[in-house]
Amino acid sequence: MTTPLHIGFIPLVDAAALIIAVDKGFAAAEGLNVTLVREVSWSNVRDKLNIGLFDAAHLLAPVAIASSLGLGHVKVPIVAPFNLGLNGNAITVSPALHAAIMGEIEGDAFDPMATALALARVVANRRKSGAEPLTFGMTFPFSTHNYQLRFWMAAGGVDPDEDVRLVVLPPPYMVDSLANGHVDAFCVGAPWNSVAVDLGVGHILHFVSDILVRAAEKVLAVRQSWSEKNADVLAALVRAASHAAEYIEDPGNRAETADVLSRPDRIGVGAEVIQRTLDGRLKISPDGQRRESGRYLLVGREGAARPDPAQAAWLYAQMVRWGQTAMRPDALKTAMGVFRPDLYDAAMGLQGKLPSASDAIGAFAGPAFNPGDIAGHLAAFQIGRWKP
Amino acid sequence: MSAESSPKIVIVDESPIRAAILEEGLREAGFTGVVHISEMQSLLARIYALDPDVILIDLENPSRDVLEQMFQVSRAVRRPIAMFVDQSDAASIQASVDAGVSAYIVDGLKKERIKPILDLCISRFNAFSKLQDELDRTKSALEERKVIDRAKGILMKVKGLTEDEAYVLMRSTAMREKKKIGEIAQSILTASELLK
Repeated sequence: MTTPLHIGFIPLVDAAALIIAVDKGFAAAEGLNVTLVREVSWSNVRDKLNIGLFDAAHLLAPVAIASSLGLGHVKVPIVAPFNLGLNGNAITVSPALHAAIMGEIEGDAFDPMATALALARVVANRRKSGAEPLTFGMTFPFSTHNYQLRFWMAAGGVDPDEDVRLVVLPPPYMVDSLANGHVDAFCVGAPWNSVAVDLGVGHILHFVSDILVRAAEKVLAVRQSWSEKNADVLAALVRAASHAAEYIEDPGNRAETADVLSRPDRIGVGAEVIQRTLDGRLKISPDGQRRESGRYLLVGREGAARPDPAQAAWLYAQMVRWGQTAMRPDALKTAMGVFRPDLYDAAMGLQGKLPSASDAIGAFAGPAFNPGDIAGHLAAFQIGRWKP
Repeated sequence: MSAESSPKIVIVDESPIRAAILEEGLREAGFTGVVHISEMQSLLARIYALDPDVILIDLENPSRDVLEQMFQVSRAVRRPIAMFVDQSDAASIQASVDAGVSAYIVDGLKKERIKPILDLCISRFNAFSKLQDELDRTKSALEERKVIDRAKGILMKVKGLTEDEAYVLMRSTAMREKKKIGEIAQSILTASELLK
């Protein structure tokens, strides 16, 4: 007897664990008959999960939190028993903005503080000369991309709400918008940064892992009410995703993984581009310059799959910092309760591991993150919409 | 007609036919202030310039995420906008998602005034899907007709049959093999291609 499940996803490389779970038979081995539904917008994924058209979804971690808090939309409690990926985003800039930043940079081009300070000088120069503010594309108001861009530029003294324009763009439109000058830069997940570099219209300025060592990106999301009624099914789904993540992380399976992901009904871009992001070996400049990172995208390795409530707290802190919601202790508790390591441990038959002791985030600027004192943490940052 | 009696409605849809069907329905129902946006570039700027009370967007449109930005407090926002559907109206949400359309309204517009717009929208979207299905069926029927005609021609030539005899032969074969006549015709085309 197999359990039919409908799971929504957006065609991005960090949906890999779900896609491989289904297409390589890990879901079937757990007694699940999963139909993957490719979606065109995060709004659709969220709404279809909320109203029960989807049993589970590949979802932006901040959307899961916003939905549980009723921010920007209907309040539907969501739980995330599995992290589909840590990191995986990159900031890509137009050749013109790249040249401008490199013209102002003091220090290492891979040092996010050096680039953020250089960006601040570019912004100041543009203002002096009366040029239009720079426009940055990101994928959703409640997105890691939004917070990562803001965190980076604010560290250099650029106010993301006052000094530049931040606009939402659907990922498949990012590259065109950069090419036609509609945006000067964007932060998006794989494979779109690589696609822009391959077309010669962008330079990858930063991997998000330059900005945050560990950043929860997409989660496997289900409605809380569904998780309570379907605990066994959920556990089976977590195990299937976990086996898939293990499969993906084996370098010997990368080519096959990339091949499966590249199919038209999955991600639908070339396998080679997908494999680059899985391997963390990216072409970062149209002239062919490459950069390697062991932290570009983590699918399961280094404990990436186990949800960490401190990550949820950090995302909630960003919502507060940028004025999307007010600071409330009960809301923080709700946000942290979205990430469910207990469900992960139960599914995997693990004893509860101790939460990571020190800094779960590893941001390049500001003090180490302490979920117990968000107000104190935010007070360390000058730019923000939040006032104590 | 004042804005009070006819809210300004923007339809964001890349399908011109579906938008026209919806626009016509809204006008017939007395909603005169309807504008269609088909170009997704600078979508928010266009919407802000039009300053609508209601925005309707098809769910196949990736730019739906762009609209979500309207809820954010930022200097670009001129008026707060909230989503029409709320928890008390699960049936409406379900119906609109099934039909493939989503609605956003300016905060403060009364729900009773939005309901007929959304209902009309749902029925027109469903009508469009039905039309699309019929069109697809007609197209495939036409395709099948062509295949049958070509297969008939081959049989007439190879076996020296009349047109009627060729058709009867295909039909009786289809009945005997429990297949559609279109499938038999396709096999004849494939076989004749192979035997060339």
